[in-house]
Amino acid sequence: MMPARRRQRLVLTALLLCAAGGAAALTLFALRENINLFFSPTQVQAGEAPGGAAFRIGGMVAAGSVSRGDGLGVSFDLTDTRETVRVSYTGILPDLFREGQGVVALGAMRDGVFVASQVLAKHDENYMPPEVDAALRAAGRAHFAQ
Amino acid sequence: MIAELGHFALILALVVALAQAALPLYASFAGIPAWMALAKPAARAQFLLVAVAFAALTHAFVNSDFSLLYVANHSNRSLPLIYRVSGVWGGHEGSLLLWSLLLAAWGAAVAGRARQLPDAFGARVLAVMAMISAGFLLFMLLTSNPFARQFPAPPDGADLNPLLQDIGLAVHPPMLYAGYVGFSVAFAFAVAALIGGRVDAAWARWARPWTNIAWAFLTVGIALGSWWAYYELGWGGWWFWDPVENASFMPWLAGTALIHSLAATEKRGVFKAWTVLLAVFAFSLSLLGAFLVRSGVLTSVHAFASDPARGLFILLLFALATGGALALYAWRAPRLASRAGFELLSRESALLINNVFFGALCFAVLLGTLYPLLLDALRGAKISVGPPYFNFLFAALGAPLALAVGAGALLRWKKDRARRVLPKLLAPAALSLAAGLALPAFLPHYSLRAALAFALGCWVMLSVVPVLRAAVPAGHMWTRIPRSLAGMALAHFGVGVFIIGVTFTNAYSVERDLRIARGETREIGGYAFSFHGTAEHRGPNYQATRGEFRVRGGGRDITLHPEKRAYFSQENPMTEAAIDAGFTRDLYVALGEPLGDGAWSARIYYKPFIRWIWLGALLMALGGAIAASDARYRSRAPARMTQTAHGAAQVRA
Repeated sequence: MMPARRRQRLVLTALLLCAAGGAAALTLFALRENINLFFSPTQVQAGEAPGGAAFRIGGMVAAGSVSRGDGLGVSFDLTDTRETVRVSYTGILPDLFREGQGVVALGAMRDGVFVASQVLAKHDENYMPPEVDAALRAAGRAHFAQ
Repeated sequence: MIAELGHFALILALVVALAQAALPLYASFAGIPAWMALAKPAARAQFLLVAVAFAALTHAFVNSDFSLLYVANHSNRSLPLIYRVSGVWGGHEGSLLLWSLLLAAWGAAVAGRARQLPDAFGARVLAVMAMISAGFLLFMLLTSNPFARQFPAPPDGADLNPLLQDIGLAVHPPMLYAGYVGFSVAFAFAVAALIGGRVDAAWARWARPWTNIAWAFLTVGIALGSWWAYYELGWGGWWFWDPVENASFMPWLAGTALIHSLAATEKRGVFKAWTVLLAVFAFSLSLLGAFLVRSGVLTSVHAFASDPARGLFILLLFALATGGALALYAWRAPRLASRAGFELLSRESALLINNVFFGALCFAVLLGTLYPLLLDALRGAKISVGPPYFNFLFAALGAPLALAVGAGALLRWKKDRARRVLPKLLAPAALSLAAGLALPAFLPHYSLRAALAFALGCWVMLSVVPVLRAAVPAGHMWTRIPRSLAGMALAHFGVGVFIIGVTFTNAYSVERDLRIARGETREIGGYAFSFHGTAEHRGPNYQATRGEFRVRGGGRDITLHPEKRAYFSQENPMTEAAIDAGFTRDLYVALGEPLGDGAWSARIYYKPFIRWIWLGALLMALGGAIAASDARYRSRAPARMTQTAHGAAQVRA
């Protein structure tokens, strides 16, 4: 029979270990469920992006490609200068969205069109999202953000 | 000329900081009282010198001296005076100068109260702070000099980013940095204690008020940032789990754990090693945040100027500070054994639970923020961790934490009995459960999650009452409550207010992105919004298209004027949302784009109780400040101790 104090300490330690382990397991689970991969238009056209699952795509808004539909619907071409993906979005675009600007969109492919639930452009006019920059470089263009 | 004076002052400040870092530290071992005594005047001189540099840069901004590269890049002749002043910290170099100024200010403040500390210990604390200061001054002088000149000077500046031309963002960085940098005091206390090999109640008593104040600043800084993002970014969200937000949130989580574990170390002499480690972590995470924000490694809406050399330098600073402190810790921590025991049901256990949960939350944020970077560095894979990850974890880990707050604060030190505590908690538990189940029934739709979260918020708020009652002896006035306890109660109450704000905002916000034509009326959240077209409006340095929305409902008529601004110095338009703020709800209107025929796309939001989020944060900060002003922190150390010179590591109360 252990002394009462030592037994309590053991219980406390066990509880803490359980709590920490539980939290760690929970964290890893949540992380696995909520990762969004990034693909460039070239990768998407090469079929590397997942079929129905959500991912992020980034590139430049192709010149002259923005067209508005009814209500708040809008669609545009996203390009990394080699390949292009049509993106459709319903909602209000960010202030810095314009042709030639680097943007990142979150969504999924549906019938060959990327249906975006979110479109992000950055605060700074000269800022190029690193992924977009990398995608453009990979597609063979010089670093033009400067 | 004045700019050169500022530059020179910075160089002198670096020299003073190096002397302050080396001499008193050496003297504390060699036992040279005169050299140890140098630390205090050095800290003051350093502050004065950095203040001169800061004043010089401010002078250049106010007088639009565009021969300074930094001024030319972040100011403009048409910029209103207030933003020319806040423009000083509107970019990388100037914000680094602000950081150094605040660091020096904390150092001078510690020097001002160093009479409380034993000489050797005080000398070591100031020496460690000077090392940090020297690191940042060197960083600024070598890679980010705000006084760099350019010839010829351009006729006009490039302008401050319009997003930063805002009162909320003028105040946000000073508050945030005061918090970040304030944790350097706790860090210096921890390192000095490790050098001396001794941590005791007196040490914790000295460290507590500094930590509390730094934490309060950080809390206000984060809340201001959140508030600014809400009204300025034009999407009406209050927290985005953006990596840069996370960078400020991690030190806050570690700091929150620290102020709780310090309580146990002061009162009962337990968790000594852990407390010291947390003090190291809180500041290390501040440095990590600085690295993440300034190195350009992150995908973030906040992107500061990115320069690999700068990133490398901060990474080096971070590695030196953290690595050095941890190495010292590994060597010295075994000495910091805590002998006092406590039982399962005790205040110590409650504080331990607090620390486990805050530790887990901090780790979760760290993982979610760094994992994409790691994966990119290791495998070149570009991923991002979405807000659902953070939301899920904060709900899952935050709920038990909130549940524990109410009971934990009531528990006695060392040993308590359930029979004593439970009856006191019965009333708050019953009341909050009833409120939680009943109130959402009166709202547009019933949500069990919202009901439970609301009950949890009520529970945190109401459970403060028995804590305060237990502190007041029968027949005494409430004014006799010690400030440390009153501050704790207020901060916990603020947590409840915050939870309720988040719950209502998340569950009952009505958000519509829609197309609205002139003369059209839309019903949102029980209010009728009618659009009366747009008109041109000229501001000091921008041209705006100003919409007019009349809102009926809630007993009075309101007119809102959201704007689309074109700043003369920029190409892109800026959205300026119009908000009718209220205690129980905000009405939020932002213009999107013109869609032709006088119609616009617009965001029209109804946000219930969103103010409570920031109100809760302010109450927490106020509570932290009140607790820091407790009478027992103002007492002086016994004179006997302050005279020990050699081997004065022995820190006793």
